[in-house]
Amino acid sequence: MSQAPATDIASDDSWTARLRRRTLDAMPSEQLLPDRQPAYVASWIYVFGVASLAALAVITVTGLVLTLGGLTWWHRSSVGHFMNSLHLWSVQLFFVFMVVHLWGKFFMAAWRGRRALTWMTGVVAFLVSIGAAFTGYLVQTSFDAQWIASEAKDGINAIGVGARWNVLDVGQMLLWHVALLPLGVSLIVLAHVLLVRVRGVVPPIGFESGEERRS
Amino acid sequence: MTAGHWNGPTRRYDLVKEGSIALLVVTLATVVLAALFSSPDEKTISLRNWAQNAPDDFYATVVSELSGASTSAGYGPPYNTATEGQSIGPVPLARWGGVTTAVDPAQQFVIAPLSTLSDATVKAAVTQWTGASEDQRSAWAGDYAKALEDAGSADKVVAGDYGPVPALAKAELDMAGNGQLDTALIAGSSFYTSDYTKPLLFLGDGSYLEETAGTQHLLGEQWGMMNSTGNFPGQAWLWLATFWYQMPGFNAEGNTWGDNADAIVFGAIMPILSLLLLLVPFIPGLRSVPRWIPLYRLIWRRWYRQQRVTPAG
Repeated sequence: MSQAPATDIASDDSWTARLRRRTLDAMPSEQLLPDRQPAYVASWIYVFGVASLAALAVITVTGLVLTLGGLTWWHRSSVGHFMNSLHLWSVQLFFVFMVVHLWGKFFMAAWRGRRALTWMTGVVAFLVSIGAAFTGYLVQTSFDAQWIASEAKDGINAIGVGARWNVLDVGQMLLWHVALLPLGVSLIVLAHVLLVRVRGVVPPIGFESGEERRS
Repeated sequence: MTAGHWNGPTRRYDLVKEGSIALLVVTLATVVLAALFSSPDEKTISLRNWAQNAPDDFYATVVSELSGASTSAGYGPPYNTATEGQSIGPVPLARWGGVTTAVDPAQQFVIAPLSTLSDATVKAAVTQWTGASEDQRSAWAGDYAKALEDAGSADKVVAGDYGPVPALAKAELDMAGNGQLDTALIAGSSFYTSDYTKPLLFLGDGSYLEETAGTQHLLGEQWGMMNSTGNFPGQAWLWLATFWYQMPGFNAEGNTWGDNADAIVFGAIMPILSLLLLLVPFIPGLRSVPRWIPLYRLIWRRWYRQQRVTPAG
């Protein structure tokens, strides 16, 4: 297949070409995968964002391994139980990292300079993660799950949501836990990370660019 | 440009290397924590366990299902219309959800399971119950529930006209004791099931589940929402939700706040607080807190030291 002249590519108004141009304009590759950062990006607080992502990766992998054996496998197998332990502790680490990251960003006023959406996607990721973890506790098929479901139903029913979202239905909660909520967390985290890359890391207070001060 | 919109000094940075090291360290930390501390696996309570370990509580619960005095019988939406459910002031959130999982505790938790038994005495008791009027059933079960409460245990109940209620309660206790009730309540009429609404509601109507949870520090007044069995960490991130239940008013019954605590906490307080967190960048005052509590000076101390300037603002 012969290559089209560059002018043809630039003027191509196909949906595909438009999407490519818009994507590259918004997210040039050197911004997506940078090899330099502003000099002020030098603090332990920055570690907690990437640590949250790493913990999320461990949660995903251990969760996927748990799905191989089925809902109650981890009660019957020592390997399954260890995998459950890995899943639990990666969730605990994830929340520790995420909370430190969140408070760090709060005290950095990280929403400055057209970064409000970055902050908001982070908060939504935190809230959806709470839902994902909660459904995980509901599908443990252990005494904890019995008690948590029995108590949580009152809170959920009290606001009318229990009529559609039944925490006593393990099947419904399992599907939310392994499909819908992880998908939601992944998509919102992806959006959050892309926004961080596109908008850049927030500068120290008092060192915003003129454009950032105006926004 | 490789450092976003920043036009000042930059430094070398290896995103992929940082991510790889973070993944390695977090994976190792997870493996160490899992190997050292494991995870909780407290066995479930079956209806059989309940009947065998706390027969009096089980028996009294069956009677309360028949008399309509159980928690499930008076729950309201989404299980029945016995009450309107909780509300926030004039906003009846629970009622708006509607009744979508109809639960008739006397029928579904007691009569239907017992109807599957072939024992002649049980069949006669079930027939007598189902053949009686609503008022008659209510009188039998109500009187027996009162007599049972006064006596303290079934074998000390004074004689009276209680119809088939004692026979039904005894049969249900026996059925649970040999494990048949677990099968009957969980399986119900469907071959496949993943819905444990009925057995969990029935279990929750007794005291055994709550007493067991209390020994594991899982009750509401023990900040149980953020705990787990044993010494394992639970959902610590729910501390703010469970915090409200420790407040006077929310943890008392018989007042508007206590009776509607769940609706107020989960339908108003937590959504409002979440919304505040989400909208911090746009809320005057709240968005200025970082300038008033200048922890950012600590975070960027190296930068500020290098610049040797006092930040504006």
